[in-house]
Amino acid sequence: MQDLLRRYGFGLTLAMCLLVAFWLVMLVIVPNITLFEQSFRPYLPVTEVGGPKDVYSFNNYMKVFDGDVERSFLGFTFHIPVHVYTFGLTIFYSMVTTVICFVMAYPLAYFMAKIVNPKSLPTLILLLFIPLWVSEVLRAFAWWIILAFKGPLNALLLGVGLIEDPIRWTNMGYTGVVVGLVYTYVLFMLFPIYNAIQSLDTNQIEAAEDLGAPWWKIHWRIVLPHSKPGIASGSVMVFMLSAGSLLVPSILGSTTSQWFTQTIDQWFKDALDWNTASAYAFLLLLLCTVFVTVAMWLFKVKLSDIAK
Amino acid sequence: MHNLRLNLARIYMVLFIIYLLAPLVVMSGAAFNDSKLPSIVPWKGFTTMWFSEMIADQRMMVAFANTLWVAAAVALISVIVGTASAILINSVSGKVRTALYGMMISTILIPGVVIGISTMILWTKMGNALGTEFFLFNPGLHLSVLGQVSYIAAMVMLLVLARLQSFDAGLEEAALDLGASHTQVMRRILLPHLYPAIGAGAAVAFFQSIENFNVTQFTRGGADTLTVYVFSKVRSGITPTINALAFLLILVTLVLAVIYELNRRRRARIEAAREAEARRAEAAEL
Amino acid sequence: MSAGIDLENVCCDFGTFRAVDNANVSIRPGEFFSFLGPSGCGKTTILRMVSGFIEPTQGVIRIGGEDVRGKRPNQRPTALIFQNLALFPLMPIWENISFGLEVRGVDKATRRKKAEDLLKLVDLPGAADKMVSQLSGGQKQRVAIARALAVEPQVMLLDEPLSALDLKLRQHMRAELRAIQKRTGVTFIYITHDQGEALAMSDRVGVMSQGRIQQIADPREIYNNPVNGFVAGFVGENNVFEGTLGTVAGGMAGFDTAEGPFRARISAEAAGKPVKLYVRPEHTLLSATPGHENSLPVTVTEVSFEGAFISVHAQTEKGKILVAEIRNDGQATVPAMGAKLYALFAPDRAALLPDANVRA
Repeated sequence: MQDLLRRYGFGLTLAMCLLVAFWLVMLVIVPNITLFEQSFRPYLPVTEVGGPKDVYSFNNYMKVFDGDVERSFLGFTFHIPVHVYTFGLTIFYSMVTTVICFVMAYPLAYFMAKIVNPKSLPTLILLLFIPLWVSEVLRAFAWWIILAFKGPLNALLLGVGLIEDPIRWTNMGYTGVVVGLVYTYVLFMLFPIYNAIQSLDTNQIEAAEDLGAPWWKIHWRIVLPHSKPGIASGSVMVFMLSAGSLLVPSILGSTTSQWFTQTIDQWFKDALDWNTASAYAFLLLLLCTVFVTVAMWLFKVKLSDIAK
Repeated sequence: MHNLRLNLARIYMVLFIIYLLAPLVVMSGAAFNDSKLPSIVPWKGFTTMWFSEMIADQRMMVAFANTLWVAAAVALISVIVGTASAILINSVSGKVRTALYGMMISTILIPGVVIGISTMILWTKMGNALGTEFFLFNPGLHLSVLGQVSYIAAMVMLLVLARLQSFDAGLEEAALDLGASHTQVMRRILLPHLYPAIGAGAAVAFFQSIENFNVTQFTRGGADTLTVYVFSKVRSGITPTINALAFLLILVTLVLAVIYELNRRRRARIEAAREAEARRAEAAEL
Repeated sequence: MSAGIDLENVCCDFGTFRAVDNANVSIRPGEFFSFLGPSGCGKTTILRMVSGFIEPTQGVIRIGGEDVRGKRPNQRPTALIFQNLALFPLMPIWENISFGLEVRGVDKATRRKKAEDLLKLVDLPGAADKMVSQLSGGQKQRVAIARALAVEPQVMLLDEPLSALDLKLRQHMRAELRAIQKRTGVTFIYITHDQGEALAMSDRVGVMSQGRIQQIADPREIYNNPVNGFVAGFVGENNVFEGTLGTVAGGMAGFDTAEGPFRARISAEAAGKPVKLYVRPEHTLLSATPGHENSLPVTVTEVSFEGAFISVHAQTEKGKILVAEIRNDGQATVPAMGAKLYALFAPDRAALLPDANVRA
């Protein structure tokens, strides 16, 4: 604070503090507190808001446990509340997406950071950035075209003789969703890992090579540990974006796929029950945060590493 | 063996780029296919009619205009807020910095659904409490702007903060010492240094706003943005007008990318020439 | 226009650390004054207090007789040249130089003219439209000086501005700086840890250690008559003897050491304190015959030919190594290794000095 005043004087410091306060207080903290408060109130007709029925309760949260469905998994049959089931699958497929993104991005990140001629790197990065500038809805739409029953993917596979009958890609559970999410978010994995590997001293790799380490060992013992913060931030980004995505599951989802954000959307837009939507949204935020925190603890990554 | 791996890596890179770009090519191609369904197979002949239909689509044009002003507003506010935050964060330290920084960064990770609903609830509740019909407190795109700023400002902040790391605070002192006021230091010394990052931040904010769906979906009231409109089109009856739109957007992106790249190369050349001159002067001195 | 600077009992604390302790100095208008000391001795803090970036915890700073406490850097008639020069990389040279005028609202044509005049003054004509990255280290130095001069400061403050340059260029720039100072008549306060720089350029030097000013004097006095062991050691080499002080009379005193009794100069202030004996290597002579006082037998153990002089290491009977420097006048005889000689020094060339003046 002293430093701020000394460097920028009273007026500018005040202006900057006010701007930051406007952002964090009015756009982040207060809305979230309101959301939290609202989530404990019942959904009432306008005339009854503030009336005797308008009391705090956990009812909105309890709705998560309504409506059992029967599912079988690995031969076991069990009953599970439909929204809990949706949430579980959302988390699961977000993880699948994260892992696929990592597997796809890591080799390229390494290649870009350590092997590509540094002169052609900016051009390469620019090329990789192009899809990022094209909006998410169009990217999902592109895959909607590609995966269509009579679409180019089936045409290609039929053409080269890999399959005999066209496949209904968008009717295979979460396949379409995961394909779309991976395509949409893989770059959010690529760039953090690239940045992390780039900061690794190439001499370390060469020293390991010189000492006779095989390539997989170099990666396992040197490159991977060094890029852990990058992998962590990439994974957190991809996971949170996937779990919070509404577009991709809505466009590429099948009749049997339901994403938790879609459930929230239905409460909000179809049932017009904003309070239950708030409760669900808060649950999404809370549980994703808890999940990410636990995952980071398991992998021994600190938040400060991610913030780099 | 080493060469084999190198070649595999090159092939992988090319495949990756194809993977990233092919869907865009397919989507653009479908804009020219004379078929009622957006696809490139079967190819039914070349047409530009989807472009004329697109221009005739009043709703899309309105959505497009909405998108532009929302994006411009988001970019403007995010740049101001994000830059101020970066400068502020850069000169505080210790626990305050950790707390502020953590809060700012976390906005990027908050699911858009949460931001959308919370923004909507706060402002409409405030309107109810105040008993006013003032537009600010009704659902609408202005709420989308506020919701989007809440996390896009953090992206601008990160870009500007990264640029600030390379700023020599001694320049501020030098300017102060030469008699500049704090405002003059900001305008003549600090901001010019930050302009590249602020420009990049504005571009990122603009494009992030254009592609935003989650926040907009929950706050927009009845108004459309391009993303929302495309989404509703994809869900209902699609015509390749969307492809025509996508093609144009990709084209604009490409042109901007090429301009950026050429500009970057030109600057690199100029800077290299200057450094060479400095080295020559250095050699001449000794 | 130039102004004098007075520091009266100035202290500066950073938390519990006292960076500057009770500094008193009066710098005359038009003087070239250097603060010399190792890093962390507080010299940069003094500079930043004069320029206004730091406020003293205690004491008064006057510039041209006027108390400047509470005045911000942009309100003081000083111009600072930073260690890394702090040239504005995004402005062409002429805008850099005229920045101080720009912020005072001077019109563009006047500023341009002034910038070109100053570029001539610092011997860099024709560089007005270049960018900072096009200049060599020495040229940047000149631009920094021109930029500081543009605001017509009464005092120039220089924070080790030559430290980034090559040795040869540094020596050239010393003369240049000195010449510019004489031409403009502005008071220069110069900060350095390089004693050669300070002695060569300054009218007067203030030697600092651990936040305290140890001695203020002209370069010759600093070198020849250091007030304590720290100053003697910082501005040159010494042969040092520990021992006990004998009788003091007429500015001279006897001193008993393990190597035998010596006689040397002592100042009135030093007389009451624990002292050591300091002799410079160039005042340590080697002779085949013993002298009648301050003389001890030695064996030559190392001879190194340094060009302008010859440095000889000689061991006393007790095992102490003394260093003697013989000026190479082209005929000087170089002692042979293992030669048995006598080391001598004149009593008025040796000094009994207390340790550095530090806080208890």
